[in-house]
Amino acid sequence: MANRIKTFLLLLCLLPLAVTAATPKLQSWTTRHGAKVVFVETHALPMLDVRVVFDAGSARDGNLPGLAAFVSSLLTEGAGEWDADALAVRLEDRGIDLGTGSARDMAWVSLRTLSEEAVRSVAIDTLAEVLARPRFDDEAIERVRSQMLVARRIALQKPGTVASERFFRTLYSDHPYAHPSGGTEQSLPKIDKARLRDFHRKYYVAANAVVALVGDVDRATAEQIAERITAALPRGRHAPPLPVPDPVPGGELRLSFPSSQTHILIGQLGLRRGDPDYFPLYVGNHVLGGSSLVSILGEEVRNKRGLSYSVYSYFSPMRATGPFLMVAQTKNGKAGETLEVMRDTLQHFVQDGPSQALLDAAKKNLIGGFPLQISNNRKIVQYIAMIGFYDLPLDWLDTLPDKIAAVTLADVRDAFLRRIDPARNIAVIVGGKPE
Amino acid sequence: MFSRLLSALFALAFAATSFAEPAVHEFMLDNGMKVIVKEDHRAPVAVSQVWYKIGSSYEEAGRTGLSHLLEHMMFKGTKAHGPGEFSRIVAELGGSENAFTSRDYTAYFETLSVQHLDRALELEADRMRNVVFDEKEFRKELAVVMEERRMRTDDSPSGLTYEQLMAVAWRASPYQNPVIGWMDDLRNMKIEALQRWYDFWYQPNNATLVVVGDVDPQQVLALAKKHFGPIPAGKVPTPRRPVEPEQRGITRVTVKAPAKQPYVLMGYKVPNLASATEDWEPYALTVAAAVLDGGASARLARDLVRGRKIAASAGAQYDLYSRLPGLFLFDGTPTEGHTAAEIEQALRDEVKRLQQTLVSKQELERVVTQAVAAKVYQADSIFYQAMEIGILETVGLDWRLLEREIERLRAVTPEQVQAVARKYLIDDYLTVATLVPQPTDKPVRTTPVTRGAIHGK
Repeated sequence: MANRIKTFLLLLCLLPLAVTAATPKLQSWTTRHGAKVVFVETHALPMLDVRVVFDAGSARDGNLPGLAAFVSSLLTEGAGEWDADALAVRLEDRGIDLGTGSARDMAWVSLRTLSEEAVRSVAIDTLAEVLARPRFDDEAIERVRSQMLVARRIALQKPGTVASERFFRTLYSDHPYAHPSGGTEQSLPKIDKARLRDFHRKYYVAANAVVALVGDVDRATAEQIAERITAALPRGRHAPPLPVPDPVPGGELRLSFPSSQTHILIGQLGLRRGDPDYFPLYVGNHVLGGSSLVSILGEEVRNKRGLSYSVYSYFSPMRATGPFLMVAQTKNGKAGETLEVMRDTLQHFVQDGPSQALLDAAKKNLIGGFPLQISNNRKIVQYIAMIGFYDLPLDWLDTLPDKIAAVTLADVRDAFLRRIDPARNIAVIVGGKPE
Repeated sequence: MFSRLLSALFALAFAATSFAEPAVHEFMLDNGMKVIVKEDHRAPVAVSQVWYKIGSSYEEAGRTGLSHLLEHMMFKGTKAHGPGEFSRIVAELGGSENAFTSRDYTAYFETLSVQHLDRALELEADRMRNVVFDEKEFRKELAVVMEERRMRTDDSPSGLTYEQLMAVAWRASPYQNPVIGWMDDLRNMKIEALQRWYDFWYQPNNATLVVVGDVDPQQVLALAKKHFGPIPAGKVPTPRRPVEPEQRGITRVTVKAPAKQPYVLMGYKVPNLASATEDWEPYALTVAAAVLDGGASARLARDLVRGRKIAASAGAQYDLYSRLPGLFLFDGTPTEGHTAAEIEQALRDEVKRLQQTLVSKQELERVVTQAVAAKVYQADSIFYQAMEIGILETVGLDWRLLEREIERLRAVTPEQVQAVARKYLIDDYLTVATLVPQPTDKPVRTTPVTRGAIHGK
């Protein structure tokens, strides 16, 4: 409780590498049904992590916000011959962890099991059923709908969530990234079994899947496991490309909310996966606000002025162009000052770029910190699933240090000048009146 | 080799044995600082955690939030290093660092490549005694902490509910104090009080260093001696341990806050490992919590969320390792058409069931199996391994208890679970906090979207 800072918003998308680190050896192949597999063999612990990722996030919701999340939540509510009770007992009687989740780009199912064959085989068989034959029982559908509506109401209690939703809606207008992944009070009641089944049939297919495996099995066993997991999935087709978001003009939006703090989000379209400006923007942002306390935003907003507890900025590289965002929250009476400091900071950064000293320090942090990012099985499985999902090269980990090391001051300045125009910023400000 | 042995063991009976973890090495420096090292050679990294026996349960009325604010000041410079320099140095080493404060402890950590451990310990030793308390830095950091309080508590309906539950459940126990402190206490905080608090508690003989990672225990000991060894032992006050008077009936509190969703949080006063008269009781309470909330197959998910569908979520939680007796917590969020009162009743019915009917053999076996698997899974995280050791040592328990945990859970009988439910989970020891949502209104746009009007200065 009460940590100093917690801003791990960047997930595992943006992780750097150290020259000295022994990078995990990635192996990759395709199953008979066309699913891509990424595997790291490690026998240090008697366990296995599996992460199956589908291009089936809320960007695929169509006109029913929440559809992708709804399908994802229903997977563990009964599959094949097991209802939710039976499924839970079957897994937990063996200490197996199974979870699902979804975001804008992807939906995933994660499994953690002991590697002992008697346990592992039950885990893998169950996972295969969950992916291919979820039951979508009426009872489960209504229950999950009601849970999602509760989650929706809880989200709307939070000024930070309200601000973030409004930001996405404004930035992406009619793009599939615009709506909240968890659905809305209007959309959730409209989702029926037919739509759920259709979504599952279309997107939970082998050609749309990446299977990431990390742990205590050899290559031959990993191949059998990947086949078993995907055997019952139809080959299907990969989800089509997402539209390119149209740029929107900058602007400012203020919403009143009965909170003691005002939440401030400032940003614009950033970059997509595979973007040629990825490294200069990523390294540059690390100086600007990527590593929170040790960053220019952290220094200006928090350390110098005590305006905010949690202030940071990030690029979220996604399938289609993801956002660039600066975030802070402050007591209502200080909202104006905080907003001004954030805008000034970005303006100066874009105009002048970072100092050589700050850039060098950021690169040292990113390169030297790489071993931490791949230091355990859980981190590795998430990382390699991301590599597989976004079709990054298999030597991504091995080449990262050189790519970060190669970023120069001129690269950062040039990339920010071309890509980030402060005049295009959308500012969403959600909070109450000053005390 | 290690994993093969384990595989063989699990092949025999996967639930039958506890995980044979790597050995833990314990040392004591001459100044009374304890050093605990656990080897984990899977990656060339290490985590260093310095644990101090100080937290909000050491604080007194009017001074709440002192320990947490002090934690913040620990990043604001020493005689040798200016404000923020600690973080900058660790960042340049590729490390990540932070700290956390709780009721019973304050801990500072660095996770980094193992070759930089020397530097991390040097910096930690420096700030154990040499922090500079500068009025200007203090004022700014106090403002930051007030923002933290607004974010975590004042604007959070569940955060407020938790704070209120603790404040009314305890009459004498310092567990009534919010870790972050009451806002008014923060407003009245003086830098001299922080300095005094620091001088009292930040002493080597009140600290434990835990290192887990790709290290040699003797080398860690040598580094610890080099950096912490020269710091003389201090006079550490004896912490107060107020005895909570017997509660005599249900305590209730309602919490009105802008919210859309009702919520109920309740707690029964229970002993823990540090305070129990019978040492099997805390393990029986642990099993009870797991039978109720140890996953999707456990009773609360099965019966309240799925079976009766009255709860969108429901939970039970018991903390084996705390300095003073705590609460066996329950919480629940009702689905549409149901109330917090119904959730409270349903949770109390579950308690009644524990008291009246013996838990099944299958449920007990599942709890142990899950605990055995969890031990393996937890070994994937060096941070978690260090944290477990740090918590036990800092609340006054022996970390070796961790090695016996599975064995102790396995020994719990259905009759013992029933016995602790009958003895402790009773109305007279119960406190209930209910969130009563107040209108939040729809967010109202207060200005039109001003297109293109925004330019940096």
